[in-house]
Amino acid sequence: MTTQPVRFYQVGSFAVGNRLLPDDDRTVQSDQNRTNSLDSGHRACQGCGEALGARYALDAAMRATGGRLVAVNATGCLEVFSTPYPETSWRIPWLHSLFGNAPAVATGVAAAMKVKGKGDVRVVAQAGDGGTVDIGFGCLSGMFERNDDVLFICYDNQAYMNTGVQRSGATPPAARTATTEAVGPEPGNVFGQGKDLPRLAMAHDIRYVATATVADLHDLEEKVERAMQLHGARYLHILVPCPLGWGSAPNDTILVARLAKETGLFPVFEAEYGKVTAVSPIRHRTPVEDYLSIQRRYAHLFGEHSRTDIIARIQAIADQNIATYGLIDDEADSRGQKEVTA
Amino acid sequence: MELPFAITLDVGSSHANRTGSWRVERPIYVDRLPPCNDACPAGENIQRWLYQAEPGDYEMAWRQLVEDNPFPAVMGRICYHLCETACNRAQLDEAVGINAVERFLGDLAIERGWSLPPAGAESGKRVLVVGAGPAGLSATYHLRRLGHQVRLVDSAPKLGGMMRFGIPAYRLPRAVLDAEITRIVALGVDVELGHTVQDIEVERNDGGFDAVFLAVGAQLGRRVEIPAGDSSRVLDAVSLLHRVAEDDPPLLGRRVVVYGGGDTALDAARTARRLGATDAVVVYRRNRERMPAHGDQLEEALVEGVTVRWLSTLSRFDGDRLVLEKMRLNDEGFPEPTGEIEELDADSLVLAVGQDTDLSLLDHAPDVAVDDGVVEVLPTMMTGESGVFAGGDSVPSERTATVAIGHGKRAARGIDAFVSGRAAVNADRHELATFDRVNTWYYSDAQRTRRPELERARRQSTFDEVVGGLTEENALFEARRCLSCGNCFECDNCFGVCPDNAVIKLGPSLRYEFDYDFCKGCGICVQECPCGAIDMVPERI
Repeated sequence: MTTQPVRFYQVGSFAVGNRLLPDDDRTVQSDQNRTNSLDSGHRACQGCGEALGARYALDAAMRATGGRLVAVNATGCLEVFSTPYPETSWRIPWLHSLFGNAPAVATGVAAAMKVKGKGDVRVVAQAGDGGTVDIGFGCLSGMFERNDDVLFICYDNQAYMNTGVQRSGATPPAARTATTEAVGPEPGNVFGQGKDLPRLAMAHDIRYVATATVADLHDLEEKVERAMQLHGARYLHILVPCPLGWGSAPNDTILVARLAKETGLFPVFEAEYGKVTAVSPIRHRTPVEDYLSIQRRYAHLFGEHSRTDIIARIQAIADQNIATYGLIDDEADSRGQKEVTA
Repeated sequence: MELPFAITLDVGSSHANRTGSWRVERPIYVDRLPPCNDACPAGENIQRWLYQAEPGDYEMAWRQLVEDNPFPAVMGRICYHLCETACNRAQLDEAVGINAVERFLGDLAIERGWSLPPAGAESGKRVLVVGAGPAGLSATYHLRRLGHQVRLVDSAPKLGGMMRFGIPAYRLPRAVLDAEITRIVALGVDVELGHTVQDIEVERNDGGFDAVFLAVGAQLGRRVEIPAGDSSRVLDAVSLLHRVAEDDPPLLGRRVVVYGGGDTALDAARTARRLGATDAVVVYRRNRERMPAHGDQLEEALVEGVTVRWLSTLSRFDGDRLVLEKMRLNDEGFPEPTGEIEELDADSLVLAVGQDTDLSLLDHAPDVAVDDGVVEVLPTMMTGESGVFAGGDSVPSERTATVAIGHGKRAARGIDAFVSGRAAVNADRHELATFDRVNTWYYSDAQRTRRPELERARRQSTFDEVVGGLTEENALFEARRCLSCGNCFECDNCFGVCPDNAVIKLGPSLRYEFDYDFCKGCGICVQECPCGAIDMVPERI
């Protein structure tokens, strides 16, 4: 008689929790006593991906550090919706910096902790994509170069959402924003510009760089935990869909993030000292249309005057990512990561 | 109040900001009826017992199972598992092997000697059950659990009805059947075997019974009129199977022809093979698509060397030659004769053209309506006569053991209501849990585990069981393939994906609750619930 391994857990590790898994293998988010670093009552929009990403990341960091954690927060949506004076949603030590200097402030906090003999207190700095790839980039690059003991987390929602959806250096091609309108022969954001910050971070040869999405909680938590086990400059880039700026339905936030990964448009990987060490393979390969068509920021590509040429260019970007990072792997099991020998 | 420079207000929590007021729709937890439960003729809560089997709580799973059906090991062998036909997972990869898990639990219960839940507190009411087949035994079990005394009579020398005398041992080993029947009798049942009820009214009045359940089955093999030179070579399938079950097999010869297209025809042909027939040919008037026999039964028969003559009817049987006439299907799908004749060598002919029920015991019960040879019943299984209930093959229905077991349960509830002077109430059924509500992303990819089949060569000559059981590992794997359609299985997804921490986790087996003070109504929890157990409803104004 053939035998099947019993290591099959109905929802495996795709869902947040799983009563069939041993306690140690369950997520922080499935814990009744999780920190809830970002508390209820915050003013984020319905279905906000950033609120979700921030709680996922910081709750995981709190567990990894045993609660010895300080967070520094650049100006941006996350800061605005969580701390309208005099209320705060933060249940952890939290410091608001300027828009552009969160990495430098975090460096200072880490240095101060060391001086005060509290070297075990770890520091996380966080910002949106604007505060990371544009306004804060100088400070961030310096923090990387000095190899300061900070985990910097970028919640990437691909534009300046808080101020009214203006283009940032992380806005993808063809996306409509308030400053890249869907008009003219090449509607939306231009192709060929913008900054791929995970790769820029890797170019600094820092200890650890990783990407994640709010659609794969187990992966996100593992990466935060791994980052907190390491010292020196570390960078985590989390894709957080924005229903307002992307024009996606509030209940589609996780679906959109999942499709970003499954199409290959957002490669999910880990890198150490500038080299990719692991990638999360695509589970069900999906054409980019499925991702684009549920977001109104791409509405001008569909309908009566559909722009199949532009969609094809976006598909080419996805295909290139799949080839570059090796995102399709027949050998990988249905969830495990693929180790890269590079 | 001491405040820092330029600060005029004390710091406060955002809990003061009740974001629930933003909401126009609210999520609510729902329970839906899973298609497996919906399809089960015995009314089992299949999803629930799979859920209990998933972490390995086999006894708890078995106890949930026998709440509705006291024959898990029998069912795991002979049930035609409509649950698997209905299973939503079939639309994802393959249906969950529910039947195989049921058998695993049933066999484990026998091996470990688990006993059925005890009889209920004595009600003082007495019920006569006529017929100890699946319907009668099921009714007996449920009546005992409700505290009613049961007198169970059957004309046969042993309990089991068609499960013993109709289903061959290679499909249902007698040790398994005996074990599950013994457990029911152990609840305290007054059994009388070899007793044929001649007149139901006399029997009821003499015994002073409060109610009667008729489950006499359909024991009479139907005959068709065909010119036959030697009628001793013609017999019906019911008699054949009955005699084999009683260890008194008739001599069939080497070339056996079975006429009919149901499961009984296939059982007769497979039995003939085991009795030594080199040729076992099934003759059927229509084609394979229109055959009433279940597909897996046909597959097993063909593998064992049974052959089928499709679109053929019997015309004459003289000596050792059977004359067949070819048929064709007309536009409505009815077979029509073509006039084309074929001949077939045959030592004997087995007729499997349906069964009739012997209702002579109702001759003096004018209120019990009989139509087309079967007893008319209400939804409670009560006949036209007050206090007389009927079920199983003797009422209009699909004639399977599982249906009969379901009748037994329903009748027991009807009888319970009747003897206590209550109106029978049917529990409300939840809305069906449809596949489109399942978020398939979350389920691990896994193919179904197959039950090993006995080596083909072995089973042609023996009455050993053909289909084997699952190992524990496989059974666990199979149970965990369940999608839990429409009912929360506590995966924590809603608790995890809420951006506003507005889902409260209540703890193991207590599920979750929404915190409507803070729920903004984004609906991510609804979208990401794997099993479709959350609905979005408009907010009350």
